[in-house]
Amino acid sequence: MQKYSGFGLLKHALSHHENWQRVWRNPVPKKKYDVVIVGGGGHGLATAYYLAKVHNITNIAVLEKGYLGGGNTARNTTIVRSNYLWDESAKLYEHAMKLWEGLSQDLNYNVMFSQRGVLNLGHTLQDMRDISRRVNANRLNGIDGEVLDPQQIKEIVPMMDCSDRPRYPIMGASWQPRGGVARHDAVAWGFARAADALGVDLIQQCEVVDFIIEDGAATGVRTKTHGSISADRIGCVTAGNSSVMAKMAGFKLPLESHPLQALVSEPIKPILDTVVMSNHVHGYISQSDKGDLVIGAGIDGYNGYGQRGSYHTIEHTVQAIVELFPVFSRVRMNRQWGGIVDTCPDACPIISATPVENLFFNCGWGTGGFKATPGSGHVFAETLAAGEASEMAKPFSMFRFHDGALIDEHGAAGVAH
Amino acid sequence: MFYIFCPHCEEHREEEEFHAAGQAHIPRPLDPEACSDKEWGEYLFFRDNPRGIHHELWVHAVGCRKFFNITRDTQTYEIKEVYKVGEKPKFTAVSETGADLKSSLKAQESAT
Ligand SMILES: Cc1cc2nc3c(=O)[nH]c(=O)nc-3n(C[C@H](O)[C@H](O)[C@H](O)COP(=O)(O)OP(=O)(O)OC[C@H]3O[C@@H](n4cnc5c(N)ncnc54)[C@H](O)[C@@H]3O)c2cc1C
Repeated sequence: MQKYSGFGLLKHALSHHENWQRVWRNPVPKKKYDVVIVGGGGHGLATAYYLAKVHNITNIAVLEKGYLGGGNTARNTTIVRSNYLWDESAKLYEHAMKLWEGLSQDLNYNVMFSQRGVLNLGHTLQDMRDISRRVNANRLNGIDGEVLDPQQIKEIVPMMDCSDRPRYPIMGASWQPRGGVARHDAVAWGFARAADALGVDLIQQCEVVDFIIEDGAATGVRTKTHGSISADRIGCVTAGNSSVMAKMAGFKLPLESHPLQALVSEPIKPILDTVVMSNHVHGYISQSDKGDLVIGAGIDGYNGYGQRGSYHTIEHTVQAIVELFPVFSRVRMNRQWGGIVDTCPDACPIISATPVENLFFNCGWGTGGFKATPGSGHVFAETLAAGEASEMAKPFSMFRFHDGALIDEHGAAGVAH
Repeated sequence: MFYIFCPHCEEHREEEEFHAAGQAHIPRPLDPEACSDKEWGEYLFFRDNPRGIHHELWVHAVGCRKFFNITRDTQTYEIKEVYKVGEKPKFTAVSETGADLKSSLKAQESAT
């Protein structure tokens, strides 16, 4: 792998940047691998990278039906935070946060991780009680957090309407200074490049259409374009398509796939240097380095695989944003899109063994898995290498929906992204 | 944006008046106490989540507030039909458990 550096940039400038090495190979798949990862989003690529780097398993293929990072990884609003309520999830997301903090160095790829802070606003007394509870829980878990009053919020985001004019005035917020955003494409590409350098085969345009299962154990996959590929272990990391994949393997998951939409404005001058989220009026916003306002909200209520949702969902989102920031009322929106998110009943992921031996699933991240990308990959790699759930993955077994040990982030923290 | 025919109001209304309430035709176990953890868990949490034909329960939330079913394609979003609770769909898909809809409808009938 050609190492990226400031010096390299200067050197390549002399040849007009025409001699850069390809970022990854485009190999023909082998007949057999130690591990096959289905799904080349951020989580699948991170899994392959940590398998190779931490566990020395390099005979790996990542099979992606479209292009690398073209699923939810390319469609999300890139908010990263770790202030979850329950111990199990807080540990998992904080594990990811620590990896984020050194990720650009580790991958030798600038993932543009920017710890600009995340505000979660409260608009009711109950919101504020929940926020205090969550911030206290976070601190006990060693995660940074503060409860702010409207005056303190105003100091951070002067142009937000913190008066009592709005229908739902802002009563306070939780503030995680280490939260922020990262560049979604760079995350996928950085993991892909680093995994490729360690010998991982990245196979694009290769849809998995079935699992090969003998005596209750998975021994490989059938693909649409490249025939059958055998594997000792298979990790399925297919986000919104996971229920369809589980059906191929003959079991059900407690997931529903919903459209989740986002939109960006025309680029404007720097105006917002932090991330603002509100579960109550239901909208969240940040400004990208390019200058566009990046806006998102909740899922469309129906199941959908169409990567698009309904117009009124966007309208509600924008209403919430304009209520918080009247100054944005005349900003024009540029683009809008949708992804398919795999929502889980307790709003926590599934990192799990399955009823089929040697087949593992990492899914259910729903509306909020981008922030977990390095942590998810790290924990899933450990699980695949050992052939059983790692310590951090254990609480996230799919079988928690049988024994009732849910990790109820939904009810408790009202988590959005 | 869907334009949905409410079979109770007998009118087409905009999607905003409605609320999607998840998968239709889920029979409540007749004797919950007799269920194993697995059976009860599957009843509560495990859902068909097909890419394609799906039977869904909707409620006309800000209209007549009554429930009804829709058969819809989750890939193209085309609404195939609308029918009242208790009626049978004309378009059926094989359910994800392998059991077809007919047997789950049957189970539902005996449950109600
Ligand atoms: C609009 C929107 C906003 C969001 N905002 C945030 C946010 O602010 N913060 C946050 O933390 N999270 C956010 N999320 C959630 C986040 O995007 C996801 O949880 C995360 O990106 C999932 O990563 P992944 O790698 O598992 O999935 P994906 O990137 O979707 O990757 C799955 C891959 O599997 C491939 N695949 C599927 N089926 C097959 C098959 N049969 N064979 C081969 N390949 C297959 C797909 O093509 C896809 O590339 C948002 C999501 C959306 C849609």
